[in-house]
Amino acid sequence: MYNFDVERPTSIADAVQAMSKEEAQPISGGQTLIPTLKARLAAPSVLVSLTGIEEMKGVCMSDDGRLCIGGGTTHSAVAAEAAAHYPGLASVAARIGDPAVRNRGTIGGSLANNDPSACYPAAALGSGATIVTNSREIAADDYFLGMFTTALEEGEIVTEVKFPIPQASHYEKFIQPASRFPLVAVFVAKFSDGVRVAVTGASNDGVFRWTEAEEALSANFSADAVAGLKAEGDMISDLHGTAEYRAHLVGVMTKRAVAAIA
Amino acid sequence: MTQVKMTVNGKTASGDVEGRTLLAQFLRDDQGLTGTHVGCDTSQCGACVVHVNGQAVKACTMLAIEADGATVDTIEGQANADGSLNVIQQAFQDHHGLQCGFCTPGMVMSAAALLKDNPKPTEAEVRHYLDGNICRCTGYHNIVKAIMAASGQDVSAIAAE
Repeated sequence: MYNFDVERPTSIADAVQAMSKEEAQPISGGQTLIPTLKARLAAPSVLVSLTGIEEMKGVCMSDDGRLCIGGGTTHSAVAAEAAAHYPGLASVAARIGDPAVRNRGTIGGSLANNDPSACYPAAALGSGATIVTNSREIAADDYFLGMFTTALEEGEIVTEVKFPIPQASHYEKFIQPASRFPLVAVFVAKFSDGVRVAVTGASNDGVFRWTEAEEALSANFSADAVAGLKAEGDMISDLHGTAEYRAHLVGVMTKRAVAAIA
Repeated sequence: MTQVKMTVNGKTASGDVEGRTLLAQFLRDDQGLTGTHVGCDTSQCGACVVHVNGQAVKACTMLAIEADGATVDTIEGQANADGSLNVIQQAFQDHHGLQCGFCTPGMVMSAAALLKDNPKPTEAEVRHYLDGNICRCTGYHNIVKAIMAASGQDVSAIAAE
């Protein structure tokens, strides 16, 4: 690891101020960033730690019925505190990485990083969540722009995520046991006005909505409805699975998720 | 260099660290607490698990500066006040829950975190909780057995090693 200075602001305003320094990089739980720094794949001169900002932590219900989660809330806190309001989301958080990773990693960090195999992007996109930053609100549909790429501007910080709560949801994850990331995972959310299906781990473009499956499931919410469908796209091919295998898994995971709900 | 100060195993520990100094390095190199092992250094293996403010974390994937002001507990603080092994440590000895012993500090710290939240876990829950702790000797059966025994449950029916 190359050396860097660390700033520990205690408010969002101070964090935004600290991010204006040259080559500043925000760090939340650091469960991806610290390994990245160790591998010298990033060399910021200043790390702005977001873990001391209390106003960015916690889970609550908004007046309009959405579940609001502070960007600095750990996966273990979401698993515990969201369970009563949005069990499908709590279940996603409870299965990220391992217990020690969940005690550090945060929802804001995961969404800002947008790893193509991360769990939270699927939950956020599948729920139609809104990503709140220090300067604006971004719909999930406009937020995920490709592998490790988001709509965030330089220095912009994810302060909160607002989740509409579906009637039912399920996250089906085919785990890659060495990394504990999904090889492919699918988040299915059934709302009164339709179904959303978000896929992670499969595409070189990162998380995506499988719209054909959404249409089929909105018309007929059963595993059989997606039986004949095949996910298209630029699928990831690596030593863990070919593109064709991943495309097949998308269908299988979707069917299992629907079966778990229906 | 930045001065950090934290409570480690009940005592005040302070030192000067660089931004990049990891909590594991601070504990081992600065404080001489070498019971916290660094196995993979990539947050996979869990040999470095310590508790920060009561929660299990991987000390190789947390900056020492982030632990400034925190309460940190390591394997060195686990024994009883009279120096005898605590319930979990004793169970690891009784049930041969270690072979080479390298992963053991992390296993014991993870077990302590699990039993604090879930005093009577099922065997499946123990195995699931140890997702992030790897034993290179693959001695998992007896580790699981030791943790079940430490929780006060009958382990006579658990699969033999």
